Amino acid sequence: MKFAIQVNEGPYQHQAADSAYQFTKAVLEAGHEIMRVFFYHDGVNNGTSLTTPPQDDRNIVNRWSELGKKHDLDLVVCVAAAQRRGIVDEGEMKRNGKSAQNIADGFRISGLGQLVEAGIQSDRLVVFGD
Amino acid sequence: MSEQIKKFMYINRRAPYGTIYAWESLEVVLIGAAFDQDVSLAFMDDGVYQLIKGQDTSEVDMKNFSPTYQALGDYDVTKLFVEKESLEERGLTLEDLMPLTYEDEDDDWAEKASIRLVSRAELADILEQQDVIFSF
Amino acid sequence: MSTLHTVNKSPFEKSSMESCLAYAKAGSSVLLYEDGIYGAIKGTTVAEKVTAKNGVNFYVLGPDLKARGVSEDKVVDGIEIVDYAKFVTLAAENDKVQAWV
Repeated sequence: MKFAIQVNEGPYQHQAADSAYQFTKAVLEAGHEIMRVFFYHDGVNNGTSLTTPPQDDRNIVNRWSELGKKHDLDLVVCVAAAQRRGIVDEGEMKRNGKSAQNIADGFRISGLGQLVEAGIQSDRLVVFGD
Repeated sequence: MSEQIKKFMYINRRAPYGTIYAWESLEVVLIGAAFDQDVSLAFMDDGVYQLIKGQDTSEVDMKNFSPTYQALGDYDVTKLFVEKESLEERGLTLEDLMPLTYEDEDDDWAEKASIRLVSRAELADILEQQDVIFSF
Repeated sequence: MSTLHTVNKSPFEKSSMESCLAYAKAGSSVLLYEDGIYGAIKGTTVAEKVTAKNGVNFYVLGPDLKARGVSEDKVVDGIEIVDYAKFVTLAAENDKVQAWV
């Protein structure tokens, strides 16, 4: 079965980011497919490479990157939500005349159409939020 | 699979301005309209506050996105279900909401109301028929 | 069509559980997780609302109970304690998932 995951909240502030990760992992362990994880609202903060939690805490961003790499996941950060909150990839950096890019490994920035498409193409959309 | 038309329901349960959920949810609806799905919106709990008329954000310097609801009809988003009980609990009636309309191409472009007042039980039945539920 | 409803907020702080209970139809399932687990505890003023709801299957996420120091014997009879694997199964078995965020 094809699952799509929508993450509405950023890491650390809300458990939603943790729950979404645990659920995604469990979906994969059950042998289902994750067709996309879409990060929206403050959820885009799951995809910034600048996150530096204390050593004794989980690194939520790296955790996504690693899971993404292992399972070839499509981790998509919404471009409009990301621009509002200061998350840019190299293309957006140049387009908007910014001095740096900060998209984390394994994530890509794309449009809201990716969320709608996930709703169409997946068998289940599961939303994690506040 | 990708060719089939799904019933998409966007659930709105939050008030505008206090958080960005209502506005960013509306952005998804606008983008989603291009995908030709069978789209409905539900307004329940504090979500009904999104449709209140006379919103004026000039003194809080925030974007007033309420005119966008009126544009939904042009995007063929014409089913806005408003839960009656949520209105009543908040001391509101249809008169307090923006008069949203669309032009029905199947009925000689007659102007019709987009807002459909439904009871909680009716909305529960409508939700039951949906394929995908978007929550923000 | 059956629905898996998910509730992640304490019923003492937010109305999402109450709204969910008003909408959950017979044959559907409700999963309480994150702070939603506080709705699954015996002896509270909301527990009877859960038990009064006929024909709905209730579940609570074990890892979130454990994290919050709520032992399994505190969970209302009739609410099944599940792990993430079962959460996935519930999402797959029902026709759709509605998150009461």
